[in-house]
Amino acid sequence: MMDEKVARIQIHNFIEEIIDAFHDGELKDSDNIYDKGFVSSLGAMRLLQYIENTFEVQVPDEDIHLKNFNSVDSMVALVQKLKGDASNANDN
Amino acid sequence: MKDLKCVVWDLDETLWDGILLEGDDLQLKPSILEILSILDSRGILLSIASRNNFDQAMEKLKAFGIEHYFLYPEIGWGAKSVSIARIQKNLNIGMDTILYIDDQPFELDEVKLAHPSVTIIQAAKYQELTKMERLTPKMVTEVSNRRRQMYLEDQKRQSAEKEFIGPSQDFLASLNMEFKISLAKEEDLLRAEELTFRTNQLNSTGIHYSYDDLKHLVNSPNHHLWVCELTDKYGSYGKIGLALVEVQEDAWCIRLILMSCRTVSRGVGTVMLSFLMKEAKSAGKLLRADFHRTDRNRHMYMAYKFTNFIETQSNENRIVFENDLTVIQEYPPYLKIVTESIYSIEGGDVI
Repeated sequence: MMDEKVARIQIHNFIEEIIDAFHDGELKDSDNIYDKGFVSSLGAMRLLQYIENTFEVQVPDEDIHLKNFNSVDSMVALVQKLKGDASNANDN
Repeated sequence: MKDLKCVVWDLDETLWDGILLEGDDLQLKPSILEILSILDSRGILLSIASRNNFDQAMEKLKAFGIEHYFLYPEIGWGAKSVSIARIQKNLNIGMDTILYIDDQPFELDEVKLAHPSVTIIQAAKYQELTKMERLTPKMVTEVSNRRRQMYLEDQKRQSAEKEFIGPSQDFLASLNMEFKISLAKEEDLLRAEELTFRTNQLNSTGIHYSYDDLKHLVNSPNHHLWVCELTDKYGSYGKIGLALVEVQEDAWCIRLILMSCRTVSRGVGTVMLSFLMKEAKSAGKLLRADFHRTDRNRHMYMAYKFTNFIETQSNENRIVFENDLTVIQEYPPYLKIVTESIYSIEGGDVI
């Protein structure tokens, strides 16, 4: 089972690293990162690749949506959902 | 088979006769100067993967007067496959667009094993390079002629970026970038054709358009062909992207949008898209967009989804998106936008 706290810290740190507005360390997990600063398409692509590589999930088309990537909270929820789907599939 | 973009050379017994480390009296192979010059003028990038002492080998290349041809030369003691991977990453081109030439079968095999899509060729066949169809681009444009120069400017930018301490948005702001969007003119069409052939990642359909196709579209009253150019304090990147829009009754439909991968790291990937959204809205239209999925263009899929495009039709790998334009992403703050707007004057200087 995925450790939600670890995932949260990893995603939080990654966002702080790639998005400048948060270098002062004020990023809250509920903050909408797109409201806080400009996220380029490359930044968004890196977020997607980071999530897929770090958590070994494949994000399907229907989940590639801004609302799943606009805050630490939403990304943690997405990873949990995808991990959950995968372990259910393995049980069957 | 794809056109090749880069030839990576081994040095000893490939580019020159003799072995540097053994103190041989080195001689460039016959016609090498001519071959390098021809490939360079075609816009083919040249690099090196050689097991040698870096300084010693570079000194020799300088003595031959050819060191300026080679971008990101990999001269050291590591595996050739690792060198090729570094060159590929630095140039940001596909593995399948690289050709590697070496005299030793072992080295060729090692590279082929690690990177099956790299084309390999034995050193003995070096005189055939300029005759290979995949090294003979169908069009040679102003950008092809300047390609090596542009990569050199990139190298300067990258080392400036490494030295810059602080947030990357501040770095981007320090480049004084100007992004100019205009309707394509006839002199832009060769480059536009080239872009449709060479651009893979931020490319919505992967459809190739010939010069004649584009000329027809430029003169069509139902189409707009936009091109964009990026300049910064180091020089111009040239025309780096285009968008082909079909005017429909209730909507504009983006038949193709693409941005060169060279400039994606400059944070300009969706500027053209934002521009089209603003324009369509000012014209009182919806915006539709064709998307054909390829194995390389997921970045483009994501760009559409993140700018509020909704899938309205989907048939295997062919998707039609639609956007009601209620939300439009602003332009990046570190960029000066200059547009030749048809409908709106919002968000940029009008020229």
